Amino acid sequence: METQSTSRRGFYSVFINGLGALIGAGLAVPAALYLLVKPRMKKTSDWVDAADLNTLQVGQPQEVVFRRSRVDGWRVENEKSTAWVVRMNAQDVVAYSPSCTHLGCAYHWDAQTKEFLCPCHTSIFSIDGKVLSGPAPRPLDRYLTRIDNGKLLISPTIQKS
Amino acid sequence: MFRNVLNWIEDRTGIESAIHHFLYEDIPDSAGWHQVLGSVALFAFLTQAFTGILLAFNYAPTPGDAYDSLRYIVTQLTGGELIRGLHHWGASLMIIVVVLHMTQVFLWGAYKKPREATWLVGCILLLVTLAYGLTGYLLPWDNRAYWGTVVTTRIAAQAPGAGPYILRLLGSEGGAIGVVTFARFYAVHVLLLPPLTMLLIGIHLVLVRRHGVAPAADDFKPKKKFYPEQVFKDTVATFLWFAVLVVMAILVKVPLGRTADPTDTSFIPRPEWYFLFLFQTLKLFEGPLEIVGSLVLPTLAILALFATPFIDRAKMVRIRKRTVAISMVVLGAIGWAGLTARAVATTPPSTESANAGLTDVEAWRQIPPENLAAIGYFRRDNCGGCHVPGKSGAGPDLAAAPSQKPLDWLMQHFRQPSPSSPPTQLNGMQLRTLAVFVTKRDENDVEAWTSAPQAAVDGAMVYNTNQCAVCHMLNGSGNKVGPPLNGLGDRRARDWVQGHFADPAKFSPGSTMPSYKFSPRDLDAITSYLLQIPK
Repeated sequence: METQSTSRRGFYSVFINGLGALIGAGLAVPAALYLLVKPRMKKTSDWVDAADLNTLQVGQPQEVVFRRSRVDGWRVENEKSTAWVVRMNAQDVVAYSPSCTHLGCAYHWDAQTKEFLCPCHTSIFSIDGKVLSGPAPRPLDRYLTRIDNGKLLISPTIQKS
Repeated sequence: MFRNVLNWIEDRTGIESAIHHFLYEDIPDSAGWHQVLGSVALFAFLTQAFTGILLAFNYAPTPGDAYDSLRYIVTQLTGGELIRGLHHWGASLMIIVVVLHMTQVFLWGAYKKPREATWLVGCILLLVTLAYGLTGYLLPWDNRAYWGTVVTTRIAAQAPGAGPYILRLLGSEGGAIGVVTFARFYAVHVLLLPPLTMLLIGIHLVLVRRHGVAPAADDFKPKKKFYPEQVFKDTVATFLWFAVLVVMAILVKVPLGRTADPTDTSFIPRPEWYFLFLFQTLKLFEGPLEIVGSLVLPTLAILALFATPFIDRAKMVRIRKRTVAISMVVLGAIGWAGLTARAVATTPPSTESANAGLTDVEAWRQIPPENLAAIGYFRRDNCGGCHVPGKSGAGPDLAAAPSQKPLDWLMQHFRQPSPSSPPTQLNGMQLRTLAVFVTKRDENDVEAWTSAPQAAVDGAMVYNTNQCAVCHMLNGSGNKVGPPLNGLGDRRARDWVQGHFADPAKFSPGSTMPSYKFSPRDLDAITSYLLQIPK
């Protein structure tokens, strides 16, 4: 009698916990996917016309302002964006993302010392983006660039260097 | 070690003995499967809270963003459609289980002394559940949501004396549904109702514990414990409810129409299925009596529900002997089903597909026809040989930035792209269309440039050549001398459109449109194109 009752209790307990676990998983798995999987992005054309090539002088970094489309959740924002552009020679142009690779502050070009200087934690970068001193963990991030009929085109998605 | 931790927790918080106390509550020997519905209703509420919070993580509650953010949830987020399905169908299934719970209590007469207060709190919980349905209905901000809520607020406005004040409370001054109404509905749905529900459920449960689960009239056997048998039954019922919900959320698409359009005169609003019987009751009364159907009868029904334990004060009897209660439930069910069936049968087919908002509208269906025609000229004269959209070729990449050259230069360039190349076939109107296009194109145009199907482009070229835009509006371009052509496919069949081109007056008497004799190929192209442009 006693053992029969105990096994009945065991049966109930297993079912209660098992069904409870199934319900929990049924809610938790979709929730985890929903919150953790990257959203499927709408594709937008990413090349933008940033500057005329003949306005850029070799060896003199220039902050150029351009308009770009950026996907922000359910919106596609058309917004102003900037890049530090350096014309290395007649054909090669490099565009750096305007935020320091340390903690994302905006850095600027110091014409005296010919270095990029970040005011937040004094990271210093050379004209080719390399870290000269300070806490920055890696060289300046670059954007893809292309020259098209005398125009500089930029694809403002970060290419980690 | 583990035992020590448990002992410490028990000593400092008393959680273990509280759980024990909860599980080993005395319940009547007659308790069983018929009493599982309250637990299922509680679980339904918890599921709604859980999925509602998840939706709120990605939902922007303003009319400007609500629709787009919901569309983002269901089309771009993994599991988003499922979560919305759980919330939407969960609401319907919660109402079903709440009504069944109430029906069971009513049939068994469990509302009788001393359980009147439990019943009253339950009645308020029913109204709260319906209020969730009413306020949540507006939140997708599609045509269904908007027009359904217009009707709801107008009904509230009919309340004698209080009407204008109720409208003001709903943020619907003068009967308009706007940002204020939306904010009020959202705040009620997520800020006011959930804590109220939790409070009421708490009171409801305390009262259930205070008076105990109602025993059958002839149950004099010794009490049994809540755990494990009744907990097992409650868990099985909850699991079945949840399984039905998951299957529904996966298999049945939750509708999302087009974004709310207050100027749309063709949309036929219908309430959610559980309010259809009220909608049909309203139609039984006309003119000055309308208020009887819209407000008086529903109010009387609610009052009768609240008054039930005070009207029926007889002693508990076995359910088989409760013939009056049983016949009331049967009559109520038949009346409800009849009204709902009548409402469904008299609903005309919607002018808008229920899932209109879920299908992605390709760029080429949205851009003005002259832009699509320009893409056609670009392709036909092989401009893409030098200008490759998205890449650098012999000519500039026109997809990267609009051309800044003057129109005269462009038209000359299109006539003769380079000194060595042969002249193109483009005539004056086509040159101008293309020149305007490359200087003014936007993101949608660029996408259509590479993705538009050639058949549609051909149709747009016929449209442009015949200057249909002089009289007709399509995708925001043209004039409104004749009827706008967006959504033509929803209104007309292919044969009609083709016959109409040949002899407009025959198909629409009094029409001033001249007849167009197209080649079979052109006729096919322009008809297919027009029929594919959505509203």
